Amino acid sequence: MRMPEPDRDVMAQRAAIIENLRAIAPNGVIAEDDEMRVYESDGLSAYRTLPMVVVLPETTAQVAAILKYCGEAGIKVVPRGAGTSLSGGALPLADGVLLGLGKFNRVLDIDYDNRTVTAQPGVTNLAITHAVQDQGFYYAPDPSSQIACSIGGNIAENSGGVHSLKYGLTTNNVLGIEFVTIDGEVIRIGGKHLDAEGYDLLGLLTGSEGLLGVITEVTVRILQKPSTARAVLVGFEKSEQAGTCVAAVIGAGIIPGGMEMMDNPAINAAEDFINCGYPRDAGALLIVELDGPQVEVDYLIERVREIAEANGATSLRVSQNEAERDAFWAGRKAAFPAVGRISPDYYCMDGTIPRAKLPEILSRMSEWSEEYGLKVANVFHAGDGNLHPLILYDANKPGELEKTEEFGSRILLACVELGGVLTGEHGVGVEKRDLMGAMFNEEDLNQQQRVKCAFDPDGLLNPGKVFPELHRCAELGRMHIHKGQMPFPDIPRF
Amino acid sequence: MATTFKPETEAQVLDAVRWAVSEASPLELVGTGTKRALGRPMQAENTLDLSALAGISLYEPEELILGAGPGTPLAEIEVALAAENQMLPFEPMDFGPLFGHAVGLGTIGGVFSCNLSGPRRIKAGAARDHLLGFRSVTGRGDVVKSGGRVVKNVTGYDLSKLVCGAHGTLAALTEVTFKVLPAPEKTRTVLVFGATGETAIEAMSAAMNSPHEVASTAHLPAEVAARSAVGYVSGAGGAVTAVRVEGVGPSVEHRCSALRDALAKFGAIEELHGHNSATFWREVRDASLLAEPRDRHIWRLSVAPSESWRIAERLHAAGEVMHFHDWAGGLIWAAVAPTFTAETVRAAVGPNGGHATLVRAPADIRAAAQVFEPQSGPLGSLSARVKASFDPERVLNPGRMYPGV
Repeated sequence: MRMPEPDRDVMAQRAAIIENLRAIAPNGVIAEDDEMRVYESDGLSAYRTLPMVVVLPETTAQVAAILKYCGEAGIKVVPRGAGTSLSGGALPLADGVLLGLGKFNRVLDIDYDNRTVTAQPGVTNLAITHAVQDQGFYYAPDPSSQIACSIGGNIAENSGGVHSLKYGLTTNNVLGIEFVTIDGEVIRIGGKHLDAEGYDLLGLLTGSEGLLGVITEVTVRILQKPSTARAVLVGFEKSEQAGTCVAAVIGAGIIPGGMEMMDNPAINAAEDFINCGYPRDAGALLIVELDGPQVEVDYLIERVREIAEANGATSLRVSQNEAERDAFWAGRKAAFPAVGRISPDYYCMDGTIPRAKLPEILSRMSEWSEEYGLKVANVFHAGDGNLHPLILYDANKPGELEKTEEFGSRILLACVELGGVLTGEHGVGVEKRDLMGAMFNEEDLNQQQRVKCAFDPDGLLNPGKVFPELHRCAELGRMHIHKGQMPFPDIPRF
Repeated sequence: MATTFKPETEAQVLDAVRWAVSEASPLELVGTGTKRALGRPMQAENTLDLSALAGISLYEPEELILGAGPGTPLAEIEVALAAENQMLPFEPMDFGPLFGHAVGLGTIGGVFSCNLSGPRRIKAGAARDHLLGFRSVTGRGDVVKSGGRVVKNVTGYDLSKLVCGAHGTLAALTEVTFKVLPAPEKTRTVLVFGATGETAIEAMSAAMNSPHEVASTAHLPAEVAARSAVGYVSGAGGAVTAVRVEGVGPSVEHRCSALRDALAKFGAIEELHGHNSATFWREVRDASLLAEPRDRHIWRLSVAPSESWRIAERLHAAGEVMHFHDWAGGLIWAAVAPTFTAETVRAAVGPNGGHATLVRAPADIRAAAQVFEPQSGPLGSLSARVKASFDPERVLNPGRMYPGV
């Protein structure tokens, strides 16, 4: 993965830059290599770079001053939340300032009358739920890193989770933000009311991976927790049957709170790890969770049971109490560490496919698994077609990481070919940057970069992420159609 | 001479836009023209009629997705969805009653371009939450696509959000792909009679803060309720607060009964079923109860629900007004006397955030007033730069939203 060439002129100014940042955030500058080490990578730990300097501001005014200074001095800035990105979104740059939002860790306002929470961006996803759960509320998007990941990072990545089929992604649950542009302007969009005035810049900023602005405050909507939840654990001989069952559940008009699938290697890894009672001989396992009033849950559980049986379920258990429901989920939730136990390293992919293409992608993966001699375990947000194949490898074996990455790229390209996308919820970052051309042509990517230019004309915010090729804004802005050049269109007219 | 181009293919849209760029001659984008009176009046000499880019190109009920040309009539999409027991969850409004033309004429491109969302918006999200991907011709004369046909997708910027609600000022849509959902098996509406002002907002908040998954809740003051075609509502003789519950049969009955108990302290309770319930929510969705008299200016205010009764009071204090609340209070529809200025209405929204849009007024008023919430300072400049990134020569619906945008 090639990152933009570090700017030697900027690096030569390092001492002065550190002094200038200290003047803005006296208690927030980290410049010793040892102390910066924790920031050298995010959740995609295969990539590491020591930043030029780390700054941890405490106020929006400091963020604005830092960005204004960097913007004027032409210094690159990489924003960072909790550093749990799985796509290298917070990978530092050797000639860049790493701007950490870790000190923005306060919940600012809880408003039950409007069902909103306003928080600083460094507050963790789970802390929002913790702040409101005594009143029966929760924040719906639940990425599996929710104990650690920050709400600001969730917005940057448009994080999903197990429950996004029914309750939406981050973008569907954010009402307002305050963010700072690279010129140091502080802009507020949205709030406790619904829908943007003017262009939906809130929707645009969500999932923009830190390339457009730095978020300094967030308002999200909270929901009343469903009164009951029950889960069905269904084993199938083949994953095709599980796939058909998923389609049949949705075809019957049922939108479960969660619908997760695991393949045989994932089932056995989980079973080895925590002995959760999964059927080891099953080719695929579905966990279908229904939530809502008890009468509804009981009714829908029966319908799901009928559908599963009609689709060839070889085993079926319905949770009878909370302990049992937790046990059904325990294996799924432990899937990543479980796989980590049976392999020195694993690489987690994140493509999405139209659900009907599941058998096809699985058969291609098992073919490639043999070809590369690398095992794959699959966990899958089956309800919305989001795949998480885990490729098992050993980073200490020379060449194995490269082989794994090649295998991973083939999976993602196949997702696109089958009508899906490169990334469902982990982001493009550096990881999938060079695959963007598989989904978008040059005109598509140029338009996305023009939008970037509207926010950051010098390309100083998180460069090297998302876009495979960086163009200068002046070049992108040039018009190719000139006055009087085009013929009067020969199309139907009145 | 004014020309209306009616392209039948994306390539023809491209030809028309490129010509418009080369002639520096702006285009007004229309589908069937039902929302032409929405926004600031246009001075474009030529028209780009996208209604021939019609038809459903993709519908996979089990994948919960539908793709169509922008000119596809909404009515056609609703029929196709109904045949599979599915729906557009965001319940887009029909401007027919407010603008005084027939209902059922709008197109899906218009729905997304105006980000139209009805009473179910508080549970299901807005139109913008459902657009998964699109193809378009930008004002630069480029064919640009974004998004895809799957719900879980974070590949690249979410430009679908930008084109939703852009009122055709960024790009001419040539195809849209969106998420649909199963239609509820059963719907019931609990009515509470007699709660007004702050108490009505409290009643809606109590419903929303219960675990009963309210799909929509609205409040009609007495004079608006009296206009309803539903006898239970018009005959109430006072204000009516309504709470809609949807889902599978046993669940709806259970939740309705729980809500009746919970809301009894706010007033006498009644329940609407079937046709009555559907009629009532169509009246709320389309704001048709405010359609008359036709000289009234219609405003749509999106505000924090808890503030909304104060905002309504401030509006009434400023002159002759009829209003009602949707979205648990957070959406105020107001029909105001022509003497009201935009400044008066926006002053009523007050300091706690929110925005006001002038939905219906004569063209001269819409030309002079800020139809959409004015944006100043850094946000205004940013919006202008976003416009320029798609349409630097301002050939697509220039000025429809803001002067200079």
